[in-house]
Amino acid sequence: MSSHYEAPIRKPLVLGNKSYHDISEDIARPIETPPNKDWWIAFGISLAAFLWGIGCIVYTIGTGIGTWGLNKTVGWAWDITNFVWWVGIGHAGTLISAVLLLFRQKWRMGINRSAEAMTIFSVIQAGLFPVIHMGRPWLIYWMFPIPNQFGSLWVNFNSPLLWDVFAISTYLTVSLVFWWTGLLPDFAMIRDRAVKPFQKKIYSLISFGWSGRAKDWQRFEEVSLVLAGLATPLVLSVHTIVSFDFATSVIPGWHTTIFPPYFVAGAIFSGFAMVQTLLIIMRKVSRLESYITLQHIEMMNIVIMITGSIVGCAYITELFIAWYSGVEYEQYAFLNRATGPYWWAYFLMMTCNVVSPQVMWFKKIRTSIIWSFIISIVVNVGMWFERFVIIVTSLHRDYLPSSWTMFSPTFIDIGIFIGTIGFFFVLFLLYARSFPVVAQAEVKTILKSSGENYKKIRDKK
Amino acid sequence: MSSKSLHVLFDDDDVLLNAVKQIVKEKIHINEIYTPFPVHGLDKAMKLKPTNISIATFLYGCIGFTVAVLMMNYIMIVDWPQNIGGKPSFSFIENMPAFVPIMFEMTVFFAAHLMVITFYLKSKLWPFKKAENPNPSTTDDKFLIDMELGSNITKTKSMLKKLGAVSIEVIKNNDDEE
Repeated sequence: MSSHYEAPIRKPLVLGNKSYHDISEDIARPIETPPNKDWWIAFGISLAAFLWGIGCIVYTIGTGIGTWGLNKTVGWAWDITNFVWWVGIGHAGTLISAVLLLFRQKWRMGINRSAEAMTIFSVIQAGLFPVIHMGRPWLIYWMFPIPNQFGSLWVNFNSPLLWDVFAISTYLTVSLVFWWTGLLPDFAMIRDRAVKPFQKKIYSLISFGWSGRAKDWQRFEEVSLVLAGLATPLVLSVHTIVSFDFATSVIPGWHTTIFPPYFVAGAIFSGFAMVQTLLIIMRKVSRLESYITLQHIEMMNIVIMITGSIVGCAYITELFIAWYSGVEYEQYAFLNRATGPYWWAYFLMMTCNVVSPQVMWFKKIRTSIIWSFIISIVVNVGMWFERFVIIVTSLHRDYLPSSWTMFSPTFIDIGIFIGTIGFFFVLFLLYARSFPVVAQAEVKTILKSSGENYKKIRDKK
Repeated sequence: MSSKSLHVLFDDDDVLLNAVKQIVKEKIHINEIYTPFPVHGLDKAMKLKPTNISIATFLYGCIGFTVAVLMMNYIMIVDWPQNIGGKPSFSFIENMPAFVPIMFEMTVFFAAHLMVITFYLKSKLWPFKKAENPNPSTTDDKFLIDMELGSNITKTKSMLKKLGAVSIEVIKNNDDEE
């Protein structure tokens, strides 16, 4: 069939001898079979971490922000580091589902569902930190532009912190509807094959009565395309605005124009690393190796390598510009980062983010699952330290040497961070057992062009 | 009043597409086609009008942009102008650069959400809505054409068989909903 032609040089994206029905079977299997012991162990650990985090949050709200390691000089540290880290991780999902859709990259279809899930779950974690840091989270509605009945003022639209409120909430809600719209046909597939009445009821409810009419599909495809077009500038704007939180300030080390592109590249970098970590485990556990192939892992490694190089380039540019600016405060901020008391954090950041992804130039390493997994973890550690370095080392030695100090987190700080990791994995583990983790309707559209069996038949001709 | 229609099942998208083209050529009316995934070219083959949802989305985006401009102008310039770091707070156009991020976010927010709501309403998708696909396998691997009988039912049936239909059912529709 000429309409399903794909160049023979392209490797198949769906491995094995699959039919349309096989795809449904493979995607429905994790949902229809009970979870194994490993899942319960992982879920138990995540839940414990989550509960520990809730305890720490309750203690913080009950007692006050004084329970954190912040002090007069370092007023932003652990929580904002976590906030930026989680938001950054979220970026890969939208990048995979929106940007790669616009670029017609078919390999996104195996991984976009899980990447979007990861986006939503990590943006939820990110959102927790500013809310807790408010100290009085029950006054969160003060962030919204609501009519002024308190005798005080409106919100300040000149402030990047308010831009953040708009950017993050737009990002979270738009990602959510993008994700859910794509899920409807897949939920419908689960619904129509469900045997247990309860399961049927639940999937009927959440599939919104999807019937797959020709007109629905026509609209569905248009909506997906336009949403991708909207989400692409949106995702770039979100981390740009997050970087404005720093870049519009007058703190040496923050006040740089390179921040927006540098933050966006870093976000994609860390996000892809997290997708890699999650999917390497999930493809094995849920037996999805036919859909999330070694080729997918290699592609993601290439993205990690390139964005890692952009980030490395940004680090070096920052150093150069600090020297070139001739501003002694700026110069000191960067000298202090690299050689001051937090040199070890700077060193970790440089090694994990700049050096480690460079090994991906070797095909052997970027097609090795175990290496991909290790590097993905290393990158996530490195990206956490990047934010720590930017935030803490820029603050702890300010203009007034008498107020110079160090930051050390309390167990509450650490506990809340562990709690968000737990919460994230609780959500992801539940998702992996109850949602179609591969966009099966989309994968079916490329089966004939990119399925291994179909490609073989075509190549023989 | 009751009428009859045919439910014709296919198990391949290319066979379906070919059959649809033939049915349209024979001038037999197609009521609906249910497929498990988007079959490219199907909308053109069955002569569906292109959707206008992207035009609507553009308008929704314009609404979002306008709302953002009006809101920020009222809050920051008209109602309670403040001196924030000596910035030009008393003129919209001079203060405008600081408003660009939120103008953008609101444009996207309105465009995306109103588009999805429009899509859900037009395609009748909402919680507790009952699915309308007549055969549950059309979300898995089968394709179903709901069509009229044509002038001669045996002729239509044999044509469909030749076109590769897996099964053909005659359905009595009771239009008692009316």
